[in-house]
Amino acid sequence: MTKMVGVDVGGTFTDVFVLDEATGRASVAKVPTTRPDQSGGFLAGIRREIADMGEIAVVVHGTTAGTNALLERKGAKIGVITTQGLGDVLEMRRRDRPRTWGLRGEFRPVVPRDLRLEVPERTLADGTIRTAVDLDAVRDAAHRLIDMGCKAVAILFANAYANPENERAAVEAVRAIWPNEHVAASSEILPEIREFERFSTTALNAYLQPEVAGYLDRLETALKGGGFKGEFLIVQSNGGVMGVDTACRLPVRTALSGPAAGVIAAGYIAETAGFPDVITGDVGGTSFDVSLVAGGKSMLAPQTSIDFGMVVRTPMIEIATIGAGGGSIAWVDKGGLLNIGPESAGSDPGPVAYGRGNDRPTVTDANVVLGRIDPDNPIGGVLDRLDVDAAARAIDAHVGQPLGLTTLAAAEAILTVANSRMAGAIRLVSIERGHDPKRFSYMPFGGGGALHAGAILADVGLARAIVPRYPGVTSAMGCVIADMRQDFVQTLNVMAASVDEAAMRAVMQGHVDEGLRLLDAAKSRFDTREVIFELDMAYVGQTHTVSVPLPVQVTDGRVDSPTRDGIAAAFDAAYHATYGRLLKNGVRRVMNLRTAVIGRRPKFDLSALAPAPGGSVEVARKGARRVHFADQWYDTAIYDRLSLPIGAVIEGPAILEQLDTTILIEPWLKGTVDAFGNVILERRA
Amino acid sequence: MSGIDPITLAVLAGRMEQIADEMDATLFRAAFNPIIAEAHDASHGLYHAATGDTLVQGKSGLPIFVGVMAFAVKAVIDKAAADGDLADGDIYIFNDAHLGGTHLSDMRLVRPYFRDGELFCYLASVGHWHDVGGAVPGNYNPAATDAFQEAFVLPPVRIAKAGVINQDIIDILMRNTRLPQSAMGDLNGQLGALDLGVKRIDALLDEYGADTVRAALDALGERAEKLMRAELMALPDGRWEAEDFLDNDGITDQALPIRVALEISGDRMVLDFAGTAPVTAGPVNIALPTAVATAYVAIKHIFPGLPANAGVMRPIDVRIPEGSLLSAEFPAPVGGYTETILRMIDVMFSAMAQAAPDRTVANAYGTINALSIAGKRKNGQPWVMFSFFGGGHGGSAESDGLNHGNAPISTATIPPLEILEAAYPVMFRQWALRPDSAGAGAQRGGLGAVYEIELLEENARAFLFGERGRFAPRGIVGGGEAALNHFEYEQDDGWHEPPMTSKMLGMQLKRGQAVRLETPGGGGYGAPADRDPAAVARDVSLGFLSADRATALYGDAWKGSAQ
Repeated sequence: MTKMVGVDVGGTFTDVFVLDEATGRASVAKVPTTRPDQSGGFLAGIRREIADMGEIAVVVHGTTAGTNALLERKGAKIGVITTQGLGDVLEMRRRDRPRTWGLRGEFRPVVPRDLRLEVPERTLADGTIRTAVDLDAVRDAAHRLIDMGCKAVAILFANAYANPENERAAVEAVRAIWPNEHVAASSEILPEIREFERFSTTALNAYLQPEVAGYLDRLETALKGGGFKGEFLIVQSNGGVMGVDTACRLPVRTALSGPAAGVIAAGYIAETAGFPDVITGDVGGTSFDVSLVAGGKSMLAPQTSIDFGMVVRTPMIEIATIGAGGGSIAWVDKGGLLNIGPESAGSDPGPVAYGRGNDRPTVTDANVVLGRIDPDNPIGGVLDRLDVDAAARAIDAHVGQPLGLTTLAAAEAILTVANSRMAGAIRLVSIERGHDPKRFSYMPFGGGGALHAGAILADVGLARAIVPRYPGVTSAMGCVIADMRQDFVQTLNVMAASVDEAAMRAVMQGHVDEGLRLLDAAKSRFDTREVIFELDMAYVGQTHTVSVPLPVQVTDGRVDSPTRDGIAAAFDAAYHATYGRLLKNGVRRVMNLRTAVIGRRPKFDLSALAPAPGGSVEVARKGARRVHFADQWYDTAIYDRLSLPIGAVIEGPAILEQLDTTILIEPWLKGTVDAFGNVILERRA
Repeated sequence: MSGIDPITLAVLAGRMEQIADEMDATLFRAAFNPIIAEAHDASHGLYHAATGDTLVQGKSGLPIFVGVMAFAVKAVIDKAAADGDLADGDIYIFNDAHLGGTHLSDMRLVRPYFRDGELFCYLASVGHWHDVGGAVPGNYNPAATDAFQEAFVLPPVRIAKAGVINQDIIDILMRNTRLPQSAMGDLNGQLGALDLGVKRIDALLDEYGADTVRAALDALGERAEKLMRAELMALPDGRWEAEDFLDNDGITDQALPIRVALEISGDRMVLDFAGTAPVTAGPVNIALPTAVATAYVAIKHIFPGLPANAGVMRPIDVRIPEGSLLSAEFPAPVGGYTETILRMIDVMFSAMAQAAPDRTVANAYGTINALSIAGKRKNGQPWVMFSFFGGGHGGSAESDGLNHGNAPISTATIPPLEILEAAYPVMFRQWALRPDSAGAGAQRGGLGAVYEIELLEENARAFLFGERGRFAPRGIVGGGEAALNHFEYEQDDGWHEPPMTSKMLGMQLKRGQAVRLETPGGGGYGAPADRDPAAVARDVSLGFLSADRATALYGDAWKGSAQ
């Protein structure tokens, strides 16, 4: 049992990354995703690399099952039991609208109004129970929801973050009669102030539970049926992993599971290569996803909207998305301006060159016409060849003629505008957040990312690009790298000067106990265990809180007591770092306590991925073709990327090809293969 | 599009938009005051050096500012011409709504941007300050009869001269607000946003050269104009009228008509507001810049693909009658401008619906319902809960209207009730959708809301500035009206309604008494008879619509419809 397996199931492909801890050997597999039951592709991918599943110590899964169920509204029929007078919170949201301009569109929550039942109960903001919960009404509501066919139920009471007693009593009464384990109260899922966000997160969790639990259960059964005796872990949106039991209980935490794993891998690869500050860019079919890792640490966002009105509030790796991917359509508006997206041909029908019915030019079509993508060997292995002429005709008709440009100039224009939009997204996460891009490296992943890296370097002024050895399976690799992490939150809402230190310590201890219990229950080995405490704090009267790291020690599982002075000092330091000043006479308030309990998993040696000795640049060279850069064609050398030896330096113009990725080295760049098999793109001297 | 290649133009369009967006983000983060930090009641952009026309504006600011800011910059251009010594590093500041539009709470900062000693463009920042003096904290005074009762009035003056801050101006400002700490935070945030804008434009001009960027700005204006003309060309020629009413001005209980005639000929449009009520004693007036900017907001909702650029308005002639409440002169009160411009948008939608039914949505709920409840805690500390409330959006050709949305002039979200209950001694007995509030139609309007708020302290006073208590939001293309706004407050002898329906000062409340606000839904789209009976049945089964009302509005067909 020495093999670790990471599996990332995407829309088109299921990627598998296998690491043998005994030998240090790594291998990858890419198989088509199976639908509707993804477990077929999942197992096929693993079997491609491992004959005996008994050798597998751990399988870590980055999944989009939860995300897709939310986006496609394919969760379970669920019910809600809630405070009298407040039954419409999920439908009223925070009084927003889908788009600023236009005033169109409606919203249907995942729980329709007739499945949201109100019961007499009320807790006030200070935790006082004004009306004890009417348990007969609760039981009656539960029976009605069962009769109406609900598979899960969420109990959502006002101010339950301040005092969960009414919710606890209700949940106990419902569990006694509910036919399955899918019963949860908002204070169990997210004991944090803000009812819409808490209710939404809890309801979406319930909505996903039957679906995701069923899916994970099928996977686990199939794995065990194949002889697997190891541990099955799931990647969370925060970039950490959790046990499959936790995932079944808290499926809402998988909302960004797949992309988070990719960022984790990118951060680790870059740090190992000597570049701890990195910006990742994933070029997909319809979008470009960007994330920033500074000093080896990913940025975490407190919440996200999966879709309009569908808010999930759990810590998640911050990923900025713009609608410019390979399938994004290029068009000229009535005012004569060239636009890219947001409309996309996606992967089906896909770009014009795919020949599957789309006739409007995409970013990929521009790359095809300019010779940057090999039309005779399309990546992914689904098509035999690409239709260059059709792509050229579409570019000519939709962009060249309206703008008075030749076909080639029009294709260059499409890429210039697309690259500029991608560069804009990178500026958004770097310059706009106070990070100097010159300090950062850029790591493209996903199949198309490395085609645009050079242009993005030039536009944003990033130092270099690092193209990982297997850019197409980064998320699967991230599964194997990710630490185990549990996040907890509790709203305190007290003045810093009057914090009850003992009571706060007790809450912290409770978080740590539960977090360590989950680590203990895991079969994984951990190099170290780590606890991070943070407070959301602000001056009274201010609504935006500052995240304040709280330096409180944990020794052998026992939490030291926080102190009022320590909290005040920590706030001042964090506030000053954020705003460059403190407020005279400002009163400090502690809104929330956040605890992260992390088990650091052993990291594997990335040099296991490096090219074997003995290769040479000459052997790796496959030939040459004409590629268009700026305003002329260049005879461009083509190399087999994986055959290039460590230390190889390839001067642009050149193209490095591998199964699922094309790396473009523009005439002003050079690419160097480092000791881990990464290709580092830098300006030529 | 001459003078610049199309590729550079497309790239620069994105880069400049990003600069304005980043200025927005800078202020949102730094602001102390939730009206800016949470509700995003602010805006930033780049404006033409000679005319003040909007060149680029941030996407996340308040919609009404797209358009009104050009007037603020023009006011500074005029003042600077009079001063005669405009210099690099000058920053003007003012809140005078008769010069710069909207209301006195909006503090405008305007900074000239020089390149190689030559004026290149203006940068501006506007933000809604929490308090700017006047008779009522927070400045929503429904009984104001002149601007001085609403707030202090600051004309355009220089808060910085050639890069040196004038502390005297700051001292005057901070002495005239009830919340100097909040005001100082906002001011610093706005100055910071302008600094950042300067830095970013410096970098952009270094990279592309001033001539190229200027050519791009000209080209973007031309493009905006072309887009607007193309949209108008696609519409039929003709003249369409619409009329609606404000309940009253808060002083005299008399309905006030707002009228528009919309005329399209070829690629031009006239919006003529002749027939609108004259200036009123109470604060539902607006200044001319606000009226013109409102026309722009309505147009951008109808054609959401248009850019935030003054070129859009070149083919449009907005005619605002002199002496009307849409062109009030100083010092007429303008504090309730939100209600008036919402009504202007409503009549423009109703008129446009006759010309282009598919492009238009029915009226939204049409009032912001600025409600404040204020009192003292046991320890003597004063508290003020101030918020706007939501309602339904109108139905459209493609779907029913949105339930509980925000106002068309705003993108502000409402605070969670738990945040309000944690901050103030109140409890929401109800926070719910309001059944039977949507306008009927083939696509009905969205539902309004019910908020019932109980006082948990000994005493408090409540203030309301709302509308639509007498004239309901209208449907289009045969769609029906939504429900009226309805407000009640509890006293020892039961529930009472304000004499002006939705406007009242100083209602006294005791512990255990409540106020109850029921907001309008949106108007319906298309004839109710064309609504799918199954959709009616669904509304009934969800409790959005009572069975009796369903039958009265839609007939009996829904009863047989499978659910």
